[in-house]
Amino acid sequence: MIYADNAATTKMSEAAINTMVATANETWGNPSSLYGFGQRAKEILEDARAKVASAIGADPKEIIFTSGGSEADNQAILSAAAAGKKKGKTHIISSAFEHHAVLHTLEKLRKEGFDITLLDVHENGILTAKDVEDAIRDDTCLVTIMYANNEIGTIQPIGEIGAVCRSRGVVFHTDAVQAMGHLKVDVERDSVDMLSASAHKFHGPKGVGFLYVRKGTPVTNLIEGGAQERGKRAGTENVPGIAAMARALTDAVANIDGYASKLTPVRDRIIEGLSRIPHSALNGDAERRLPGNINFCFEGIEGESLLLMLDDLGIQASSGSACTSGSLDPSHVLLAIGRVHDVAHGSLRLSLGEDITDEDADYIIRSVADTVEHLRNFSPVWRDLQSGKTQYIL
Amino acid sequence: MALYSDKVMDHFRNPRNVGVIEDANGIGEVGNAKCGDIMKMYLKIENDIITDVKFETFGCASAIASSSMATELIKGKPVSEARELTNKAVAEALDGLPDYKMHCSVLAEEAISAALDDYSSRTGKTV
Repeated sequence: MIYADNAATTKMSEAAINTMVATANETWGNPSSLYGFGQRAKEILEDARAKVASAIGADPKEIIFTSGGSEADNQAILSAAAAGKKKGKTHIISSAFEHHAVLHTLEKLRKEGFDITLLDVHENGILTAKDVEDAIRDDTCLVTIMYANNEIGTIQPIGEIGAVCRSRGVVFHTDAVQAMGHLKVDVERDSVDMLSASAHKFHGPKGVGFLYVRKGTPVTNLIEGGAQERGKRAGTENVPGIAAMARALTDAVANIDGYASKLTPVRDRIIEGLSRIPHSALNGDAERRLPGNINFCFEGIEGESLLLMLDDLGIQASSGSACTSGSLDPSHVLLAIGRVHDVAHGSLRLSLGEDITDEDADYIIRSVADTVEHLRNFSPVWRDLQSGKTQYIL
Repeated sequence: MALYSDKVMDHFRNPRNVGVIEDANGIGEVGNAKCGDIMKMYLKIENDIITDVKFETFGCASAIASSSMATELIKGKPVSEARELTNKAVAEALDGLPDYKMHCSVLAEEAISAALDDYSSRTGKTV
């Protein structure tokens, strides 16, 4: 089995599993309890907080543990919106290809009267600091732009966008779920005010994540209750999960250069191989993308069929076709970079793990090429393209 | 639980009656690429019997399986029987489809219906 869906989730590392089990076994007390056994859990929690903070250049007091990336996105956006509203600022800037945790939260705010600007994403899947700067108004209370896109892996100029926001006095949030543990993230260097991350994208457990909130940036809680997380996120902390996340992140950050230099050539090898399939196209910039992300459109076929056939061949991947999203529309990300529906249905995302080899890469290339050919052989769309009845798009 | 029944996967992996009939006398195409599903049915009808049927499909696994199963259900049958084929019959023969994939079986029914209409208009026979 070649698991090439690491953008969906990753396998927990052995170290993270061991940390989780050891914490659950030995330090299962409630961190809010005052006796020694509870306080030992508290120590583990605070040790994890220090590790997570250090991984992104933050202060431990700026970390709020959450149930994952979606919760962190919701909390960041709703906090900035609430703070903005108090000052009469109700304009928010984001991009058209954010994760739904961001887009749906913004949609909710739009219904409450906020003015939401979703910036167009250029054809290469990258927007510029200038795009953001031009959109900022006197009543802008938040800019939220993802660090790296979850489908096409394109990396945004977060530092430049952060600098623009800082100079205009606008709160800047970034959904760094896909970047964390894969790219060097530094909230100081990038002038980030709020940042969301999720443990299971970097070999930590599911159901755990964190929100970074720069000191002085107002934050409101989504969950009311006890005084955990400095009163900003009620509920007894998931200590084993948090400890495992901190371990996974520490390991990922220590290995970040090795990770990139291992994966990038394999990624490029697959991109080159798949580019040889006629009437195919890489989605997103070829250089400025996550080390493990490959995303292609193949004309004349549909993505769900492709990925189920690849599953039969022992390759796990994903697609942005409508059938995989459960709606009639294909991926909003592919539409945002200008792919038309007809070809957006025929997309394939491979997100590699570190254990990938050149042999795996060649097997993937061969399998995708064969499967695309097989599906095209009985596709009426392909027949019409081949006969000249319709024109190729790719 | 798997996404699809074994029967759906079987017809998806080994679709029956795939291809084109060069001298078909009833051809129907339904769906559109924008929505991600297109089915094309080719019928060869002789003496009111469907002597041969082939299909081409652009779509997901359930679309391919629905087309394949639909061709199996009408092959060798009188046109009157093919006309009565329902999407429900196609889905049942596949041991069911997920709710949000039922439209695939509807497309199969419509593709056959469109091919029969084409046969009618070519021959003047009412089917």
